[in-house]
Amino acid sequence: MARSLRKGPYVYYKLQRKVDALNDSGKKKVVKTWSRSSMITPDFVGHTFAVHNGKQFIPVYVTENMVGHRLGEFAPTRTFRSHSMGRKDKRVKR
Amino acid sequence: MARIAGVDIPNDKRGEIALTYVYGIGRSRASEILERVEIDKDLRPQEWSDEQTRQIRRLIEDDYKVEGQLRTETQMNIKRLMDIGCYRGLRHRKGLPVRGQRTQTNARTRKGRKKTVPGKKQAAQKK
Repeated sequence: MARSLRKGPYVYYKLQRKVDALNDSGKKKVVKTWSRSSMITPDFVGHTFAVHNGKQFIPVYVTENMVGHRLGEFAPTRTFRSHSMGRKDKRVKR
Repeated sequence: MARIAGVDIPNDKRGEIALTYVYGIGRSRASEILERVEIDKDLRPQEWSDEQTRQIRRLIEDDYKVEGQLRTETQMNIKRLMDIGCYRGLRHRKGLPVRGQRTQTNARTRKGRKKTVPGKKQAAQKK
């Protein structure tokens, strides 16, 4: 079910605070965040976020048509290392 | 043969069904269209008068996105997902299911026909 419009898009309040600060000062800094579920709002555009994928921080440069997606969508949590065709090494890390 | 929305030429089926031959028009849109131009849904395209056919043609042209246009839009949407590098885009690039379905088994629609892998264990017993 879609989120109620009354509430507006979900953005972690601390993240929003940091973005606001960046916008006010006009600076561009990488914002480190674990908040993968935060929605990308129009005021995020042009900033770079380091989004945690459970292990590392993936730099995500936000462009206009990313608005409406969530930060986590741009930091994949799984690495697929191709299946070996032979018999050995069948165990594949996901 | 009636010609509606460019290429499509359905005929001698009930109007409601015939219209669904157009890409982008299913049962509900077909009946909606026929209701709006006030044609009996059981009438077949060959029984429509020229005027009625024209009406339908105009209505579809003006109010509905069908065929090429619709296909282009869908493709553009997918392309956008792929270009911004989001998870759904990555799945489209790899030709895997996009909406979180399992891929250990099934998912044949997206993955295409089975490719046999040599030396792969059969999933006979519970693992």
